[in-house]
Amino acid sequence: MKPRTALSLVAAAAFGLAPLALPGWVMFLLTLALAKSVVVLAIALLLRGGLVSFGHGMFFAAGAYTVGLVMKWFGLQEALILTALGVLVSAGVAALLGLIIARYRGIFFAMLNMAISMVVYALLLKLYWVTGGTDGIGIRTPTILGMTPDRQNLRLVMYYFTLVLTLPAFYAVDRFWNSPLGFMLRAVRDNEVRVEYMGSSVARVIYASYIVSGALGGLSGILTGFSVGHIVPELAYWTTSGEFVFVAVLGGAASIPGPLVGSIAFEFLKSYASKYAAYTWQMTLGIAMLLIILFMPTGLWTIYDLLTRQVRSWRPSSKPAR
Amino acid sequence: MATILETRALTKSFGGVLAVGDVSVAIGEREVVGIVGSNGAGKTTFVNLVTGYLKPDRGRILYAGQDITAHPPREVTRLGIARSFQIPQIYLSLTVLENVLIALAARQGEGLRPWGPLSTRAREAEALKVLEPFRLAEHASRPVSELPEGGVKLLDVALAGALMPRVLLLDEPTSGVSSKEKFAVMDTLVRILAERGVTAIFVEHDMEVVTQYAERILVFHEGSVIADGAPQVVLEDPEVRKAVIG
Amino acid sequence: MTVPIVILLDGVLYAAVLFLVSAGLTLVYGVMRILNIAHGSLYALGAYAGTFLVVVYLRTGGPAPFMYLALLVGALLAGAISGPLVERLLLRPIYAREEVVQLLVTYSLFLILEDVMKLIWGVNPYYVAGPYAFLGTVSIAGVRYAWYQLLLILVALGTGILVSLAIRGTRLGRMMIAVTADREISAAMGINVGRVCTLAFTAGAVLAALGGALVGPLIAVAPGISVEAIVLAFAVVVIGGLGSLEGAALGALIVGIARAAAVQLFPEVELATVYLIMVAVLLFRPRGLFGEWEVRRI
Repeated sequence: MKPRTALSLVAAAAFGLAPLALPGWVMFLLTLALAKSVVVLAIALLLRGGLVSFGHGMFFAAGAYTVGLVMKWFGLQEALILTALGVLVSAGVAALLGLIIARYRGIFFAMLNMAISMVVYALLLKLYWVTGGTDGIGIRTPTILGMTPDRQNLRLVMYYFTLVLTLPAFYAVDRFWNSPLGFMLRAVRDNEVRVEYMGSSVARVIYASYIVSGALGGLSGILTGFSVGHIVPELAYWTTSGEFVFVAVLGGAASIPGPLVGSIAFEFLKSYASKYAAYTWQMTLGIAMLLIILFMPTGLWTIYDLLTRQVRSWRPSSKPAR
Repeated sequence: MATILETRALTKSFGGVLAVGDVSVAIGEREVVGIVGSNGAGKTTFVNLVTGYLKPDRGRILYAGQDITAHPPREVTRLGIARSFQIPQIYLSLTVLENVLIALAARQGEGLRPWGPLSTRAREAEALKVLEPFRLAEHASRPVSELPEGGVKLLDVALAGALMPRVLLLDEPTSGVSSKEKFAVMDTLVRILAERGVTAIFVEHDMEVVTQYAERILVFHEGSVIADGAPQVVLEDPEVRKAVIG
Repeated sequence: MTVPIVILLDGVLYAAVLFLVSAGLTLVYGVMRILNIAHGSLYALGAYAGTFLVVVYLRTGGPAPFMYLALLVGALLAGAISGPLVERLLLRPIYAREEVVQLLVTYSLFLILEDVMKLIWGVNPYYVAGPYAFLGTVSIAGVRYAWYQLLLILVALGTGILVSLAIRGTRLGRMMIAVTADREISAAMGINVGRVCTLAFTAGAVLAALGGALVGPLIAVAPGISVEAIVLAFAVVVIGGLGSLEGAALGALIVGIARAAAVQLFPEVELATVYLIMVAVLLFRPRGLFGEWEVRRI
């Protein structure tokens, strides 16, 4: 078995057994971190194509609000159906917006995403008779495969529900990177001219990747909504989107575990930092992001990478790391 | 011999400067044509126009009888014209093999597939076959950034070749390649192209390469083609010698 | 009948402020090819510094008219100090890096400046109406308008003309044009490209800060004004064309009037109107009204 596969299985097992060893509040933070790591993954996906979106809050909100509204209006309770619907809607939104957005790069891409997400925010806020305005929408406990989790086990059930949907998302993206489209996206970042001179359409590659990214963003919003139990228009605000970008940079966009590691680190950091000066939170993020970009561009995951290389170089029998 | 690529009165200016002026040439299928001329004579602009990277101010471009003047590079490539670049255009963050795999996937129309590995056994084998003639197969799993300059150039050419075009335009394919390798590679390349019936057009500064491999050369000077014929004949012309060698 | 007048007057006022901010943004882009997300923060910095100096000055009890000087000095200081610092420390090292990196770096700067301003001036909004109230109002076609607002428009207009003349008429301005056209060739010709960039960025920062300081007395100066500024300025620059001063002027006018119209006629969609215009321009004329780059065939 390849070391990577072994590592993934160990990680999955660790996550699976975590509730046995960790206290309730840690499990809750972990649930949130897992849920949000999926949208960070979505950002990382686009980052590998050389694109940064400052507006993914809109997909996050699209997924969450689809679930909230469908639960409210149609009384649908089944978590899996709701999740599927939410992902479909956010993928649809990405497919629609992507028609315009996929033609742009760089700052245009970033700002268009930001601008449109702010419009979504404004709509969620102003159309209060539909969306509940600033009050948002409460998300009641869903049923999972028809069964309603009881109050005692709710947190535990939500953790596993989130885990069961998050890990496959990471796996899927890992496969994506090995697929033709995944390589094309990296090729686009390296050399758009060559991609076109291979007969492929850069715009189509970006469009397809944007839809995948939007769907992931929606899934993340849905999982977060279920865990927190309440959704608000702020999910689409630029600060939310900015946080996603930050975490992607923090964890490292070039690796698969990066977004997961970054998300977990971030949730815990945030819960500590929110106790202290609210005046310096953004500045801390900004400085941290600058330091990472300038000195450790591949994020926290670099530390793991460096460690493993060092360990490998110590073992006399193994080949030098590539 | 049927004409496969033809330009009619092709003209392009930048600002007030005429880069390519009223160029009309017809290239026959399977010909091996060299394009020579001093720097700034319009050679690369010509290639850019023919492959759709630039839009001409006037004139037309025909490929196998079809008018491709307004087509973007993507379309032109799909129709069967591939090119390599003066400054190699490759995917720097990927390995040599991955570069070729992508080209193959693109050619096979699979570029947008988000599942299944890019690197299948069949495709890898084909990629290695593409890299062989360029002595790059042994470097297959190295990142491109580790290749020497000549290797990068050859990879660029290999990528164009991987697309199995009918017409191959090469912009200074041997510049930066060591003299030892130059002829070995050109030998193999020209042989393979002949086997496959590919029409080759290459821009070159190295006169030895041109005289050895081109059946016909076009001499560009200040945007126009001032001579067109067999290398031995054309290069004897004093006008041409003055323009090209200066 | 007053509604169109109000729309026109308010629109031109918005446009004046937007022009100052966007002119800076487009100038910096032209010379440095970096579109600075933190540019809105420089505007906010000017608003804070300007209104703050006015408050400080008024406490000294000096003659009232000098508070306008305080406002201007605030803007100048904000721009002149932050400009060179940011350009040298942050932008110069990343000049050659990918656009993604440049975006992330300017975004980090934006986050940092937001909190720096909170640390210095707190989170409570500043209402410094002195300069606005002092000049009184005038009636234009039946609509109450403040003299200060007219003054603002005039200052913006004057500044625009000044900048335009300076760029074409001074040696420094011509060097900026050269660097905008081709950085490498300019360097080869002996132009100190680093210095030109620092100066261009500082000029852009001062313009943004001026916009902020001038509008300060009219608004609640509070955290968050930078976001709206950068998004609107971006829209203006997209509509007008990157790197074009005339484009910034025309774009500002379009956005300003559209915004004023939306506020009067369709308040719910106020901000959406601007974005919709921006999207429309991007769809039909991506290079903007005066933008120069050849539309890529790729």
